[in-house]
Amino acid sequence: MAKSPEMEHPVKAFGWAARDTTGILSPFKFSRRATGEYDVQLKVLYCGICHSDLHNAKNDWGLTPYPVVPGHEISGVVTEVGNKVKKFKVGDKVGVGCVVESCRQCDQCNKDLENYCSKLVLTYAATYTDGTPTYGGYSDIMVVNEHFVLHWPENLPLGAGAPLLCAGITTYSPLRHYGLDKPGLHIGIVGLGGLGHVGVKFAKAFGSKVTVISTSINKKKEAIEKLGADAFLISRDEEEMRGAVGTFDGIIDTVSAVHSLSPLLSLLKPDGKLIVVGAPEKPLEVPIFPELITGRKMVAGSMIGGWKETQEMLDFAAKHNILPDVEIVSMDYVNTAMERLVKSDVKYRFVIDVGKTLKPQ
Amino acid sequence: MAKSPETEHPLKAFGWASRDTSGFFSPFKFSRRATGEHDVQFKVLYCGVCHSDLHMAKNEWGFSQYPLVPGHEIVGEVTEVGSKVEKFKVGDKVGVGCLVGSCRQCDQCTNDLENYCDKQILTYSAPYTDGTITYGGYSNLMVADEHFVIRWPENLPLDIGAPLLCAGITTYSPLRYYGLDKPGLNVGIVGLGGLGHVAVKFAKAFGTKVTVISTSINKKKEAIEQLGADSFLVSRDPEEMKAAAGTLDGIIDTVSASHPLLPLISLLKPHGKIVVVGAPEKPLELPVFPIIIGRKVIGGSAIGGIKETQEMIDFAAKHNILPDVEIIPIDYINTAMDRLLKSDVKYRFVIDIAKSLKPE
Repeated sequence: MAKSPEMEHPVKAFGWAARDTTGILSPFKFSRRATGEYDVQLKVLYCGICHSDLHNAKNDWGLTPYPVVPGHEISGVVTEVGNKVKKFKVGDKVGVGCVVESCRQCDQCNKDLENYCSKLVLTYAATYTDGTPTYGGYSDIMVVNEHFVLHWPENLPLGAGAPLLCAGITTYSPLRHYGLDKPGLHIGIVGLGGLGHVGVKFAKAFGSKVTVISTSINKKKEAIEKLGADAFLISRDEEEMRGAVGTFDGIIDTVSAVHSLSPLLSLLKPDGKLIVVGAPEKPLEVPIFPELITGRKMVAGSMIGGWKETQEMLDFAAKHNILPDVEIVSMDYVNTAMERLVKSDVKYRFVIDVGKTLKPQ
Repeated sequence: MAKSPETEHPLKAFGWASRDTSGFFSPFKFSRRATGEHDVQFKVLYCGVCHSDLHMAKNEWGFSQYPLVPGHEIVGEVTEVGSKVEKFKVGDKVGVGCLVGSCRQCDQCTNDLENYCDKQILTYSAPYTDGTITYGGYSNLMVADEHFVIRWPENLPLDIGAPLLCAGITTYSPLRYYGLDKPGLNVGIVGLGGLGHVAVKFAKAFGTKVTVISTSINKKKEAIEQLGADSFLVSRDPEEMKAAAGTLDGIIDTVSASHPLLPLISLLKPHGKIVVVGAPEKPLELPVFPIIIGRKVIGGSAIGGIKETQEMIDFAAKHNILPDVEIIPIDYINTAMDRLLKSDVKYRFVIDIAKSLKPE
């Protein structure tokens, strides 16, 4: 007979979970496994609220096993390490992102691309190697295999830095992989939310000229004055779009709502690349001819990053002082935060102060 | 008053043209410009029949100028060179492909990518810099700017080699550009026609393991025994496709009919690339989720620049890569087009212009 969440592991744990497709979160008692020889146990201090947390809470993608404890932008402090752990000790500041296990032996894993392993285990709403469900960072403690724990750079704030673990790597990785990190390139960022705003910061740090592409003029001032974007293009303004045709080396599209790719493709120079990181529910239409063929353009995807690159990204962010813009909230604000997130009413990521506000009931 | 095709230039020329959307060809008298200082004039010996010629003859893409003399896989012998021509002399064997002009100064042109220049001039049915319309290789004589003329290697047959000038470069270029030319990679070729069969040959020459992906099992024997493909996948067989999921590093998709991309995307390994070189009329649907979770790429490619076309021709000569052709006389062209529509050719028609094109 399946054990209850409280009983299935020896260490008591506490968090907030969604129990059905309303997505409403409430206190939830569960348990964590004992710290295995390669495990790191950490007290969660902060956890970013990713839009994926909302999708999962409501089962928008049809994959959610309830109850679900979301959260995959986790920063914390080590409380215990297994006897074979080499990279961490008690008291270290650490981070955990979207993946807590992979097969560790396939071609992808061997190339530090655990995020593309066919057996990857997500930080929450997935099944761990011991058959139990994974629970994420809206909770007091985590136990994670050392391989998937990140060193937290000294000078990086634990609260504001937490969203780097998903939003950060999700935009950093494709900028690097697709060669869109060279100084002087003209990069477009579509959508100015959690992903988009961090994308702007990384692209600027790489020395690109950055244009934010958005449906709404309201975001223009902020994009340019606060985030440092060089220009702003309203995708609904045909004249503006026409004037920008063929001027971009690359575009990172963070928008997950269904939208037309054609206007974005026409913005690209020949050999330009449109990278999709937001995940729409339905197929999008790709105009193969003329755009892709006559301009040798490409549409490509990207999903988070491997552990090694995530560490590299964190270190890069610390070195170049790249910080997400966050609104720190208490645990019991989470449902309101989710409602505001649906309306994109946040600049630009909520981060839960788990350490101070998550209290067992 | 606009001059007629016969009188607009000083040199008499003769070819076969389509005059309307029926796409029916018949003899056509026209004229060529005098050999300018940078021009190369050559007698056409052979011309490949590309499927684009058929699309254009019928104005399927909406920009055909009638009367239309197609042909952009042209091989011939130089008869005259302009005073500033340095690379060619009378008697040289040469080729001309899909382009006869470009702006020569934009970023693309200065990077040897004339095929991505905004102002590129197609070999036929396009306005030339002098305002006249270009006529292609279904004719006795061509005059082309030296920059766009390809040197024909000694040991490359003129007749069989002609289709390299479009089919060849169209498949060679993306194999190179998208990094699918490394030994040991698994490359899929979708469609086994003019483009597909040459793609198989180049991919094999690069040392890749080649899988032909086709809707029809009939082509299997030929693909493996004649063309040297390593394996064959019937795209309509769900079990075969499932077994091959996640095994390909890249796919060159030569099919221009509308078709679903998802089954092809599933064949790719993570970081795999599908390159589309066939031109469907409508947008294709792209399921974005699979390309995100597998970091996959859908890209396009269109012929190649002149430098790369020369490189490709030299590569083909060195590695003995030759299209499989059926040589025909010019007056067979209408029948050839009917057969082409039914894909009834292995795998390219080539018109023996020198022997069969007679002024009437």
